[in-house]
Amino acid sequence: MTELLALADQILAHAGDGEQLEVVAVKSKDTEIRVYEGDIESLATAESQGVGIRVIADNKQGFAYAGSLDMEVILETLTEARDNATFGTPDEFLGLAEPDGVEPVELDLYRDVNAADTNAKIDLAKELEKAAAGAEPRITAVESADYYDGAYEAAVASTTGIRSASQESTAYVSVSVLASEGDDTQDGYGFAVGRELADLDISKAAADAAERSTKLLGAKQAPTERLTIVLDPYVAAQFISIISSTLNGEMVLKGRSPFAERVGETVAATQVTLVDNPTDPRHFTASAADGEGMATRRNVLIDGGELKGFVHNCYTARRAGTETTGSAVRGGFKSTPGVGTRAVSIAPGATSRNDLIAGIDNGLLVTSVAGLHSGVNPISGDFSTGASGLRIRNGELAEPIREVTIASTLQKMLLDVMTIADDVEWLPMSATGVSIAIGDITMSGS
Amino acid sequence: MLDEALVASTISRALETGGEFAEVFVEDKRSSSAVLDDGKIEELTSGRDRGAGIRVVVGDTTGFAHTADLSAKGLGEAADAAAAAAKGGGGGTRTVSLTRQDAPNPNNVAVYPADVPKGTKVELLQQADAAAREVNEAISQVSARYGDSRRQIMVANSDGLLASDDQVKTLFSVGCIAVGDTGMQTGRETVGHTIGFELFDAHDVSEIARTAANRAVTKLDAIAAPSGTMPVVVGPGGGGVLFHEACGHGLEADLVAKSASVFAGRKGEQVATDLITLIDDGTMSTEWGAFSIDDEGRPAQSNTLIENGILTDYMWDHLRARKEGRPSSGNGRRQSYQHLPMVRMTNTYIANGPDSPDDIVAATEKGVYVAQLGGGQVNTTTGDFVFGMLEAYLIEDGKITTPLREGNLIGNGPEVLTRIDMLGNDFAMGSPGTCGKDGQGVPVGDGTPTLRVTALTVGGTAA
Repeated sequence: MTELLALADQILAHAGDGEQLEVVAVKSKDTEIRVYEGDIESLATAESQGVGIRVIADNKQGFAYAGSLDMEVILETLTEARDNATFGTPDEFLGLAEPDGVEPVELDLYRDVNAADTNAKIDLAKELEKAAAGAEPRITAVESADYYDGAYEAAVASTTGIRSASQESTAYVSVSVLASEGDDTQDGYGFAVGRELADLDISKAAADAAERSTKLLGAKQAPTERLTIVLDPYVAAQFISIISSTLNGEMVLKGRSPFAERVGETVAATQVTLVDNPTDPRHFTASAADGEGMATRRNVLIDGGELKGFVHNCYTARRAGTETTGSAVRGGFKSTPGVGTRAVSIAPGATSRNDLIAGIDNGLLVTSVAGLHSGVNPISGDFSTGASGLRIRNGELAEPIREVTIASTLQKMLLDVMTIADDVEWLPMSATGVSIAIGDITMSGS
Repeated sequence: MLDEALVASTISRALETGGEFAEVFVEDKRSSSAVLDDGKIEELTSGRDRGAGIRVVVGDTTGFAHTADLSAKGLGEAADAAAAAAKGGGGGTRTVSLTRQDAPNPNNVAVYPADVPKGTKVELLQQADAAAREVNEAISQVSARYGDSRRQIMVANSDGLLASDDQVKTLFSVGCIAVGDTGMQTGRETVGHTIGFELFDAHDVSEIARTAANRAVTKLDAIAAPSGTMPVVVGPGGGGVLFHEACGHGLEADLVAKSASVFAGRKGEQVATDLITLIDDGTMSTEWGAFSIDDEGRPAQSNTLIENGILTDYMWDHLRARKEGRPSSGNGRRQSYQHLPMVRMTNTYIANGPDSPDDIVAATEKGVYVAQLGGGQVNTTTGDFVFGMLEAYLIEDGKITTPLREGNLIGNGPEVLTRIDMLGNDFAMGSPGTCGKDGQGVPVGDGTPTLRVTALTVGGTAA
């Protein structure tokens, strides 16, 4: 980590007069193993590194990156970034982050996964493949069983006093299986995730894959009707991520959020409280610092149905006349910081998942969705996605359903939230999952 | 890009632990982009990615490592790491002699984007912004993006192959927001080709901007899309995504081999109505998915996958083809030197049919007309797929009428292929796309004439 900061300092020393310079430097090392029918299908090991340089001069911004930490390449990159800045439109709100006195939390996110024996990693993947194949008699094939780990370090430093370094590791396994009965074949996946090998629960990953693949066997298209849906935690997390993407200071300033100008208004059912909190280490995406090196913090977005505010980075905060929420996000070293939530969760209710389902006369438990990227428009709010799952009749799970869509609008769905269960699931994504019942959804089918 | 002797010695080193096949893939990619949003040139970005990926194959096992260090030391270490992951029984020294195999380049670049002043690119964005805002006062926001890339690759392997390619792409995209009584609506238009800056000789950015703006404005009058199953007519160029999802992925040999495709074991069978001839063609000059060699060094090919409704072949990469004792079909692609290649589509299209597009609409009493499709997704195991409709209209009494709000369509690939009953004679390519598979994105193109599916489920909210 100190090595990357030292490198950043070396680059910052090249800053010219009247020029703000920011350097993000990244290094990672990962291992990826796929097994198939008891043998290694592929084993990849890789070390990657790169640097991104942002220059602000005369209220104009430029950026350049390179997948290399070689000083000669870096200096070329700096020259490019500087040149790029001359073409920007002057904007008085442009400027790098400056320390604001908020201390970053201490997070313990790193284990030395690279030191672990490769054979132990291979064995985990093989064990998972075997467990999944034998989990259920109707499992006919294991399409893939994968192990992945990676260690990632990053540093952000600037001529405006930012100096931030972080280190984290990830280990996960995932498995994809096929289940067959009669003429029908369905697939299902399972995964386990942690900071190191020892965190990984192989049997749960195998059991999840078996359950997901077998429960949809024999699924059929259902007739079109309006009903209540229950989003499985994994699906709910994807829905929450989309909602969160609209509560973004940049979207608001540029007139792209359907929730702009609505702070203080009721935008959701009173059961809905939505919080972004990257400082909570239970979130897989927890992080002490944001993409500009500012301390992350807890941000309440919706409280009891009332819209409380949006997330910001330093630029959007300055333009909106407010403070950063420590929500600068960037995709590695290849881009400038944007704005986004990093670790959102919807506050769980007091109802168990079983009781939640028991309270629904006519509904659909949605266990998977397809086409969120193509059928949801976070600007207009139109929501339409492919879905499969199980019918709910008189409070009980009934026949499996596939090839239907569920549709409403994001704005309406928030207001139509009926019940939130207590079954919080921490997932390897930027939102946590919890079962949510939403009323008045159109299910399109035959 | 790299000294041939160094490449040859790296391959030999990769084979030292008994590898049966070894390959070195070298990539040097430069990209640049400029973004206008909210009336401002927000940022110009320049990027450089350079490195090599080395794979070693023993039996069914592949070892892979990559490095950004292209010195003899860096390549040697990556070769050792890849070899350690795939150890064979034999080992020892094998000398590899490389023979250069050149493939015809489908695209002659007239103007390298790197030679065009940045200021010229910035002017294009400003021109697009002004043109979009002039369309209608309802246009409240415009974003425009210019992007170019030059990807030079070199592939060498232990079969003695040595090949290289120089892939230049240029893209321009405009997104608009219109505000009306019913809230905000969006419209987008993207033009991209595997050529240089001469893209703008054939495409006027003001026209691209006006198309995007008109799409957003039109949708201000849109009503909720219907829900339920009905005839769907897809306009020219738009239907490519449908085939990409409905059957393209299911014809990739890696998925077929693991029985994770509904099309496994169906070669020679009638899988579609006899109107349908589906071709995947990496040689299609200037299209988004075109190249002269794939990322395994194989020259691009035109491959007929479905001919008059009969499944004729799958798509193949080196490994799958080698296992079956047949040649690769030139579909081995990877996102970058940091990734292993796998079977991927290139430019996938349906050849022209007999019908006039007007007749197809006129023959449809009630249904939906989709002028522009968004992205899609397929579950290859079940064949169920979705795709978004970005611009769509009701068809009433054989006429295109009211615009519809956005939504997804859902169908089942094998079923939909047998429900295409009319095919137009107005073939067009669609927008440039990025196809994602196993976490890797590669540029792809697609195209179709106007076509009608007799029954497809439309995922709206209206009755």
